[in-house]
Amino acid sequence: MLRFVLLAAVAFSSMARAEIPSKDKRSGFDFMSPQTQAMQSDETSNPGMLWVLDGERMWSESQGKAEKSCASCHEDAAKTMRGVAARYPAFDEQTKRPIDLAGRINRCRETRQDAPPLARESNELLTLSAYVAYQSHGMPITPAADRRLDKYRENGRAWFERRLGQLQLSCASCHDDRWGARLGGSVIPQGHPTGYPLYRLEWQAVGSLQRRLRGCLVGVRAEPFEYGASEYVDIELFLMSRAAGLKMETPAVRP
Amino acid sequence: MTRALVNVPKTAKRGEVIEIRAMIQHVMETGYREGPNGVMIPRHIIKRFVCKYGGEEIFSAELFPAIAANPFLSFSAVASESGTITFEWTDDKGETQTASADITVT
Ligand code: HEC
Ligand code: HEC
Repeated sequence: MLRFVLLAAVAFSSMARAEIPSKDKRSGFDFMSPQTQAMQSDETSNPGMLWVLDGERMWSESQGKAEKSCASCHEDAAKTMRGVAARYPAFDEQTKRPIDLAGRINRCRETRQDAPPLARESNELLTLSAYVAYQSHGMPITPAADRRLDKYRENGRAWFERRLGQLQLSCASCHDDRWGARLGGSVIPQGHPTGYPLYRLEWQAVGSLQRRLRGCLVGVRAEPFEYGASEYVDIELFLMSRAAGLKMETPAVRP
Repeated sequence: MTRALVNVPKTAKRGEVIEIRAMIQHVMETGYREGPNGVMIPRHIIKRFVCKYGGEEIFSAELFPAIAANPFLSFSAVASESGTITFEWTDDKGETQTASADITVT
């Protein structure tokens, strides 16, 4: 078994690495079975919509010592949050580094609602994130142009190209070089973050991009980062620029 | 508090066959799984689901542990009169919840 894995790793690493030309860029949606595609496309059968619906309720619920809801300040999310998720992560003036959407929502909770931050991957934070990201559904990914993000995006790219874990595979070795091929039971997609938070049939729940990345890291037997780690945000920044132009699908469905 | 997404056509012609769909947010914990501490997670599933049209039961289902989380139910009915279609489900904790949708039949 170990020998097989090592051979596989060699076969992988000897392949030339090539970035995906924009005409070949495809969402993970395109690699799914017609049944799973239909489940995502029809909002009445997309389980992710349950979270979006719940997020709509949370949006207008007063929280914290300030006794304010998101709606008290941001009013109609369909107008004020439209397109926001399509340009995150953004530069955060407070920490002087990129912040992801979930982090930005938590920031408002702490500083504007005077409420304790929600735990990463908690159902509440996923629910609010899904609701905010849903307001960008169908819009093309347009990464923030802020030059101060460049070095973090480059760091994300470096992680993407670095060989990781006991299997010594990089993200690129699967998602740039081997997309479309089969790995066990699943097709390797190009690894675009178009649909998060999304409903994964395997999870039977909605999860974040960080949870997905955790899965890929564990898959190559690397130690995953803690939820909320800056490495994940840098990787997301790179993934979003790599996916520029693809449409936002939140809440997507994946196998 | 669970959430549900129910879908009924807003309008239909009398005698028309309509599709009714309901998706309910629920863990559907089988009772056969161990938690991280090695202790069995107690069963917690929706046991019974009932749909009524104009107060009359038109569809019901008993659910079992093998059903995935967030069950999706889809069935059809004949549009007979304008009115309310109600959905009601009860889980292992004895909690009963409801949702409803209106239909106009012409
Ligand atoms: C007391 C007013 C207030 C409340 C309550 C509030 N926000 Fe904000 N929010 C702001 C302001 C002001 C900004 C932009 C300025 C800044 O950077 O803080 C902002 C920025 C944001 C952004 C970033 C928008 C962008 O274009 O980058 C998001 C996302 C957001 N809020 C989500 C939420 C959510 C979700 C809630 C409820 C959990 C919430 N906010 C509650 C005032 C508020
Ligand atoms: C051994 C091959 C392999 C490696 C290495 C790998 N992945 Fe993946 N990745 C997959 C497969 C296979 C899937 C699809 C999972 C499924 O359907 O079960 C996936 C899914 C994804 C997705 C979800 C795409 C979608 O449509 O939602 C993203 C994003 C992603 N990977 C990013 C990464 C990143 C970033 C890395 C490096 C840290 C990485 N992957 C490393 C095989 C790999």
